Amino acid sequence: MDRDPTVCVMGEDVGHYGGSYKVTKGLATKYGDLRVLDTPIAENSFTGMGIGAAMTGLRPIVEGMNMGFLLLAYNQISNNCGMLHYTSGGQFKIPIVIRGPGGVGRQLGAEHSQRLESYFQSIPGLQMVACSTPYNAKGLMKAAIRSDNPVVLFEHVLLYNLKERIPDEEYVLCLEEAEMVRPGEHVTILTYSRMRYHVMQAAKTLVNKGYDPEVIDIRSLKPFDLYTIGNSIKKTHRVLIVEECMRTGGIGASLRAAIIDNFWDYLDAPVMCLSSQDVPTPYAGTLEEWTVVQPAQIVTAVEQICK
Amino acid sequence: MAGRLAGSRAARELARRMGFMGSFRAGLSNVGGGPSLPVEICRRDAGGVSPCISSRVTARPGGEFPRGKVAFVAEMEFLAELLKERINCYRVLDDDGRTISGSSFKEVSKEMALEMYSGMVTLQTMDTIFYEAQRQGRISFYLTTIGEEAINIASAAALTMDDVVFPQYREPGILLWRGFTLQEFANQCFGNKYDYGKGRQMPIHYGSNKLNYFTVSSPIATQIPHAVGAAYSLKMEGKQACAVTYFGDGGTSEGDFHAALNFAAVMEVPVIFFCRNNGWAISTPTSEQFRSDGAVVRGQAYGIRSIRIDGNDALAVYSAVHAAREMAISESRPILIEALTYRVGHHSTSDDSTKYRPVHEIEHWRTARDPISRYRKWVQRNGWWSDENETELRKNVKKELMNAIQISERAEKPPLSELFTDVYDVPTSNLREQEALLRQTIQRHREDYPPDVPL
Repeated sequence: MDRDPTVCVMGEDVGHYGGSYKVTKGLATKYGDLRVLDTPIAENSFTGMGIGAAMTGLRPIVEGMNMGFLLLAYNQISNNCGMLHYTSGGQFKIPIVIRGPGGVGRQLGAEHSQRLESYFQSIPGLQMVACSTPYNAKGLMKAAIRSDNPVVLFEHVLLYNLKERIPDEEYVLCLEEAEMVRPGEHVTILTYSRMRYHVMQAAKTLVNKGYDPEVIDIRSLKPFDLYTIGNSIKKTHRVLIVEECMRTGGIGASLRAAIIDNFWDYLDAPVMCLSSQDVPTPYAGTLEEWTVVQPAQIVTAVEQICK
Repeated sequence: MAGRLAGSRAARELARRMGFMGSFRAGLSNVGGGPSLPVEICRRDAGGVSPCISSRVTARPGGEFPRGKVAFVAEMEFLAELLKERINCYRVLDDDGRTISGSSFKEVSKEMALEMYSGMVTLQTMDTIFYEAQRQGRISFYLTTIGEEAINIASAAALTMDDVVFPQYREPGILLWRGFTLQEFANQCFGNKYDYGKGRQMPIHYGSNKLNYFTVSSPIATQIPHAVGAAYSLKMEGKQACAVTYFGDGGTSEGDFHAALNFAAVMEVPVIFFCRNNGWAISTPTSEQFRSDGAVVRGQAYGIRSIRIDGNDALAVYSAVHAAREMAISESRPILIEALTYRVGHHSTSDDSTKYRPVHEIEHWRTARDPISRYRKWVQRNGWWSDENETELRKNVKKELMNAIQISERAEKPPLSELFTDVYDVPTSNLREQEALLRQTIQRHREDYPPDVPL
């Protein structure tokens, strides 16, 4: 926001309140309450507003208080955000960033535990990235803001408290690149967002059992970084996808299809995918835990693939 | 003369005389004083159809609540659902094209008056001929603005090129006024390679960034919040311009309408909300669309200054938009204009409105209430136009149109590569893959694909 006066933020309670997860804390004091705008409660309309502002020269960052609320903004996101650059023949661009916390939290109930990446992935014209560490959150956010395409940046409700030492100076990460978390030889594990941590926990157990998993945080949910993913598959010949999306129509489903299309000849085993079940996320803690892929399942899956 | 803005105070005076609803106290952006219209109150214990008694809200002992002080009353009184009388409608010319005595309006020069008139005639002719072209199967779809030419041209004339326009779809006259040529309209309708939309949208979904006219998007009312966002952008920039958005009576039912008006009022941004209340949303008459007194009363519900005007009166439209623009920009506030009119044509070429409304009603509005002939009478009475001018104009426009259509029809369609461009700023790997695959497929099965589409 310092570097570029056209960057502005809009959303519910993003101003003096600092945002429901404090992502915009302090910004309103620094940049004023026009540039950090508190909107009335109407997701479709303030997203539409953001689109109009983006078409007329601003670079707005629209916050969904919880990603799930952006379902109310689906029309503006799909019909206008994703399409207007195309239908106008390239005359109008929409350099907007739509972001917010999503994913399964701790007993937040079904409506606050949505995985919007499933629903949005089909929208043409939209780019999607998911951050998972403080380091990649900063780099991806900057890249998303500077991109001329509409970008949806998926944050996770449970990852806001992570602490990490990151460079003070500016750095921008590539929106279309995946991140190599742990190189290995036996199996490629593809994951993103919070599941990265479950995978890494499983990896510890796997290493103790003598396995050498390669863990890749795909980060770019649309389009997939098939270059990094492909190189890994050509090395290990085995793939496990670990996601938080539902089984039907999730990122895992699309990734599986893309892998089979492109790397069939390199596979020594069927592509495995661990996802949440096709159920709304229950409130009860134990039930909720059973709907999210746990490290033990990941360990079992790897043992199965590597048999 | 045309384009010189009246000073703020003069414009407010004119606006007051036109009947803009709202408080005019200088510098007043928060409603602190009483409402400027009497509040109708129905007495609870009056039986049957009780006469509503009007009384001004006067200062009484009251109490503090969030947002300020309210006066308390001992009697339980409900505000009536409708005011006793409908909100008045501002007009300048009578049905016979004579200025109504005592009417206040923004003067137009002969030059501007004729430009407006010929714009209206051109729009009407363009609509008629393109509609015919669709009937002949030359284009796939069209929708006309018949009956709303005054709204289209006169409102455009009152704006400047810096004002950003967010149309619904029945406002091509704004583009026409701004300089979009008949050839450019035809190119979009035929979806050829000269179309600025690169053949990606249905006919009449025009867009031009250089003319500040944002590409039409089919879903209703989605452009209204866009306009508010644009107005927000203009406010940040401090530019002497406003956003203008058009929508029909049906569009006022959409959620986007309500939130956008609310936001605009809260954020105090320069935007004009122009409602073309033409009586019909495809087959839904306004009596089935809402129960309020049209759209104008909703403005006050959101704290927005509003006016109802005769949409078939070119001078009224011109004056109202001019005043609205002045207020929107100098006071950084939204304005709502409800223009009453009638949709003479069918909703589109996919509709036959005689199925749901009487033919004599349509004919009445096409003839006795036609905005063009009404304005023409005024222009001719001023000695500025003659029958010969009329014949000449219509002949020339028709000729130019037929020519444009011929050229557009024969022009090449956009090439295959344009299927994949502009989805993003640069095609992504999956799109490049998909294009390669498509080209391969076409290569293998040449006979199964249209031969006249360039690859």
